Amino acid sequence: MTSYKADRSIKWRFSILGVLAGLALLAMTPAKAEYADVIINNYADAAGMRPVVFPHWFHRIRFRCKVCHADLGFQFKAGGNKITMAKIIDGKFCGACHNGEVAWSVENCNMCHSGIPGTPTHIHGSTVQRLVSPPYKALNAPQQPAQP
Amino acid sequence: MRQQLKIFVGSAVLTLLVSAPALAADAVLYNGAMQHGERLMLADVSSSNTFNRNLKKEKDPNAAPSEDGYHDPENEGTHILQPPKDAYPGLPTTEFGNHVDWVKAIDEKKLSPRWDRVNSSEEPFVMDMDIVREVKASVPDVVFPHRQHTEWLACANCHPAIFIPQKGANQINMSAILLGQKCGVCHGKVSFPITTKTCSKCHSKPKPADWSPPLSDATLKNPWR
Ligand code: HEC
Ligand code: HEC
Ligand code: HEC
Ligand code: HEC
Ligand code: HEC
Ligand code: HEC
Repeated sequence: MTSYKADRSIKWRFSILGVLAGLALLAMTPAKAEYADVIINNYADAAGMRPVVFPHWFHRIRFRCKVCHADLGFQFKAGGNKITMAKIIDGKFCGACHNGEVAWSVENCNMCHSGIPGTPTHIHGSTVQRLVSPPYKALNAPQQPAQP
Repeated sequence: MRQQLKIFVGSAVLTLLVSAPALAADAVLYNGAMQHGERLMLADVSSSNTFNRNLKKEKDPNAAPSEDGYHDPENEGTHILQPPKDAYPGLPTTEFGNHVDWVKAIDEKKLSPRWDRVNSSEEPFVMDMDIVREVKASVPDVVFPHRQHTEWLACANCHPAIFIPQKGANQINMSAILLGQKCGVCHGKVSFPITTKTCSKCHSKPKPADWSPPLSDATLKNPWR
């Protein structure tokens, strides 16, 4: 009886392996978003909104880095600024421009909240992501589920 | 054992079937040098023998938002966003990153991004000062140009948080840069990426003709030499 159970758990492990192999292949389908697009999803998903996609290329055609990263205080870290809608309508972060004066206003929710649901916060195309062997895990990266 | 193998193969095949459309899309996107899924073995040998196991090629750079795998095509706003390919024509090109040479674009006056949020006539404070950093390895020495940086950035973006403003006061090496520190805070994320095609942008000062790499201790003391 015990041997049957053990046998079954091994079978399970094998089929989980198979599924994982397939999933790994799926995960390999890479996105081809524009270099330096930032996905911001600290809170959006949890609030039932799509994640925010911030396009660097589009903004750097119009502004130098200094405007956002010195004058407006955006730190060099995807997700590191803890942006919320309250701050935005207060004129901070995106709200310093998306106020109907410098750029279109905040009621255009789906212009910013345009990412595929579930995409984690990160900057697209970074060197670290492209390395064959990822050198480290970001401290705030979700923990791997425990091995079955 | 055979039973277990059957289950393994069975479930792998099943998930493969599920992911087949994704893989097919992959193959099309890799069209440049289509070796991605190239089969090496004709007989039924392990399917893990593909020509390139680890090479990841950049696919279709500058894809439109609705096709880039990041923006949700089911979101109406996605289709109003500007595709990069509409914005880039006329800008000088490169073979990496956004495929735009942002430095040249400003130098050639093709672009003039604002230095101030609202006042479009404010000019940046550009400082032309090169810092040369001798590199111990055989690659050319690094020249850090303040000019191109101060076109885009304020001094306070780098000093003192990323670099102490004193020549040679900062420990910099390639591993730190690849991990996103020092020059890698920006390069490899927003400014030009770190790839074989860009090494020479930073490593731009050739070594003296009589330079040769120092021999390692293990070589000098090699008993089997
Ligand atoms: C200019 C861009 C922009 C626009 C327009 C915008 N948002 Fe946001 N929103 C953001 C950013 C950035 C965040 C932070 C995302 C995160 O970290 O998850 C955010 C976060 C949120 C959050 C979660 C955090 C919070 O504040 O509770 C909600 C909910 C939200 N937005 C709703 C909306 C709605 C509804 C609209 C339209 C009325 C809207 N947003 C328009 C940029 C925008
Ligand atoms: C219109 C505003 C704006 C401009 C202009 C801008 N950025 Fe950003 N940048 C952002 C925002 C927003 C983020 C994401 C911050 C967050 O998620 O909290 C960001 C994030 C970053 C990051 C962090 C990436 C990481 O490691 O996670 C870097 C580096 C960066 N920007 C560099 C630059 C450089 C270099 C330029 C000029 C070429 C530039 N930015 C221009 C708004 C801007
Ligand atoms: C320094 C000013 C500034 C800041 C800060 C800023 N934007 Fe913008 N943004 C603009 C301007 C200007 C436009 C162009 C508006 C227009 O087309 O009328 C724009 C356009 C956009 C677009 C549309 C791009 C397209 O394809 O048309 C998106 C999306 C966007 N911003 C997101 C954001 C988000 C998210 C943030 C905050 C994380 C942000 N922006 C912060 C100035 C800014
Ligand atoms: C992109 C980042 C960056 C920006 C922006 C920047 N610097 Fe620097 N700076 C550096 C680096 C890197 C060094 C070299 C440090 C080293 O060799 O360890 C340096 C060195 C210096 C030094 C020391 C030179 C010497 O010979 O000892 C001074 C002074 C300086 N910077 C002033 C400025 C001023 C003023 C500005 C603004 C106009 C500025 N920097 C903007 C990165 C920057
Ligand atoms: C705070 C962000 C930041 C940091 C840190 C930084 N750079 Fe840059 N660098 C830029 C930006 C922005 C440009 C403009 C071109 C671009 O975006 O690709 C640039 C351009 C350059 C160029 C000019 C390329 C050309 O076409 O003329 C060189 C060379 C360079 N960086 C080297 C370095 C080196 C070496 C370091 C580290 C000592 C460094 N950078 C650190 C933001 C940065
Ligand atoms: C953004 C600028 C930049 C780019 C791009 C860059 N390097 Fe470097 N590299 C540096 C700096 C700065 C150092 C440190 C120099 C010193 O010792 O002061 C360095 C050091 C090195 C060293 C010496 C060993 C070490 O880690 O200090 C090697 C080897 C090297 N780089 C190889 C490369 C190769 C290969 C590439 C292209 C894939 C490359 N670098 C691209 C800036 C760059």
